[in-house]
Amino acid sequence: MTPEEIHDHLLDRFGGDVVTGLVQSDESDPKSPVIYDPAQSMIGASAIADVAMFCRDDDALRLDALMCLSALDRGAHLSVVYNLHSMAHGHVAALRVDVPRTAAVVPSVERVWTTASWHEREAHDLMGIAFSGHSDLRPLILPEGWEGYPLRKDYEAQEYYRGMKVPF
Amino acid sequence: MAEPATRALRTDTMVLSMGPQHPSTHGVLRLELMTDGEVVQDAIPHIGYLHRNFEKYAENLTYPQIIPYTDRMDYIAAMNNELGFVLTVEKLLGRGPRPVEVPEKAEYIRVIVCELNRIASHLLAFGTYGLDIGAFTPFLYAFRDRETILELFEELSGARLLYNYIRVGGVARDFPPEFHHRLRRFLDYFAPQVDVYDTLLSNNKIFLERTTGIGVLGVDDCIQNGWTGPNIRGAGLAWDLRKEEPYSIYDRFDFAIPVGKNGDCWDRYMVRMNEMRESVKIARQALDQMEERGLLEDENFTANVRGTLRPPAGEIYMRTETPRGDLGYYIHSDGSDRPARVKVRSPCFTALSALRDMSRGLLIADVVAIIGSIDIVMGEIDR
Repeated sequence: MTPEEIHDHLLDRFGGDVVTGLVQSDESDPKSPVIYDPAQSMIGASAIADVAMFCRDDDALRLDALMCLSALDRGAHLSVVYNLHSMAHGHVAALRVDVPRTAAVVPSVERVWTTASWHEREAHDLMGIAFSGHSDLRPLILPEGWEGYPLRKDYEAQEYYRGMKVPF
Repeated sequence: MAEPATRALRTDTMVLSMGPQHPSTHGVLRLELMTDGEVVQDAIPHIGYLHRNFEKYAENLTYPQIIPYTDRMDYIAAMNNELGFVLTVEKLLGRGPRPVEVPEKAEYIRVIVCELNRIASHLLAFGTYGLDIGAFTPFLYAFRDRETILELFEELSGARLLYNYIRVGGVARDFPPEFHHRLRRFLDYFAPQVDVYDTLLSNNKIFLERTTGIGVLGVDDCIQNGWTGPNIRGAGLAWDLRKEEPYSIYDRFDFAIPVGKNGDCWDRYMVRMNEMRESVKIARQALDQMEERGLLEDENFTANVRGTLRPPAGEIYMRTETPRGDLGYYIHSDGSDRPARVKVRSPCFTALSALRDMSRGLLIADVVAIIGSIDIVMGEIDR
């Protein structure tokens, strides 16, 4: 299945309230095309864990491998993109969740794919997205007590970390 | 009055901090081990000691400037890291108004250097795994032969470890004169050398006792934990991106995918040993095909990439097969000369994340055996 067909399959199952749109390439203007490879299915934040579980267990989809979980800063919104792959069928898909910058909470998918656990901890550290229901959101990459989220566009490093000048 | 015997013998759990500076952790990794005697009850990895935030750097650099930074993630297999990034950028450029045509010679050179780097990386994994288990000699053999590869790379790119050699549109330099002869001489020398390693370590009784049946992870658990590369092949799944999603010109070569059976430490180790043989095959075929096509005399080793690179706006995810598994790059471009976001999906990061569940109930020495068998590089985990 192509990412577009997978999107339609999700739309049939969950409806337009949950699967809110498909972000895909627009190559109508050859001078300045916009590329999304693969196309991304927009999912309402509160439903992502259910949609993820369906993606993994549905016989037609069988998206059993989470290739990559990326957190992005888009200004007013932060987003999480899940790049999925099916070992059984060999197709790929991408889910995307946008959340407002001031209330960045996304349900965790670590019960769907174990590997998401550390990816979510990393995204929490660096982009400041809280994953609700995550078993262990301690800092993974940043030191304990570091202030701010370095990958946000408006990040400014703190002046002192435990009495040490930053940058030293 | 004497204490009751049970009270005098009462044991307690002990916290053992292994690392961050510990020779068997392959870099600066700290493991917090809860031990009951010699038995590990819990092993909590603490990472981040090498964190430089490559992804933030990438947002402030132009696309060609990022390439040397990718070297510094997995510094054991820098060529493979560069190739993944460059291919992702080229794929994005290919959808825009100014696609880059990579000359055939550059494609062959890329494959050859990546396979040589895979051999060098697996040699390091083999040598240091011996050290972890307590065998010193294999390490010397591995580093002797790895040295030859590093010398070849130095001749080619000017650097021994961090090459900045594969560029958008091709490679940085052509083969020096007579270089292909030296390359072929090394491949002829090295092919039977893997058998020597087998006699040194692979079938050694002590080594077998330490690695067979230890750290078993089945195929389904591997997929759940995001394991890729030699680690998932050790569990018996013939999963190799060079075959599954052929990139560059990997569809032109004939090679096998070595797999294990049980998914234990020995199987993962053995997959790497056999992969070195396959890499020699690929490099030889690439040299042969270069000769047949008259590419050695061809001087066209890079496309003409003039001016600033501005890939079209959008988002792309692509992955390639490095010696440690699927290395993915997620690039978000806003159409300018610098990416808005680069996310790296590191194969070692996902491999290490499964360590905690695997270690419970094993002996401390077995944890060392597992870490060596998943072949991690901390520079790539922490980024």
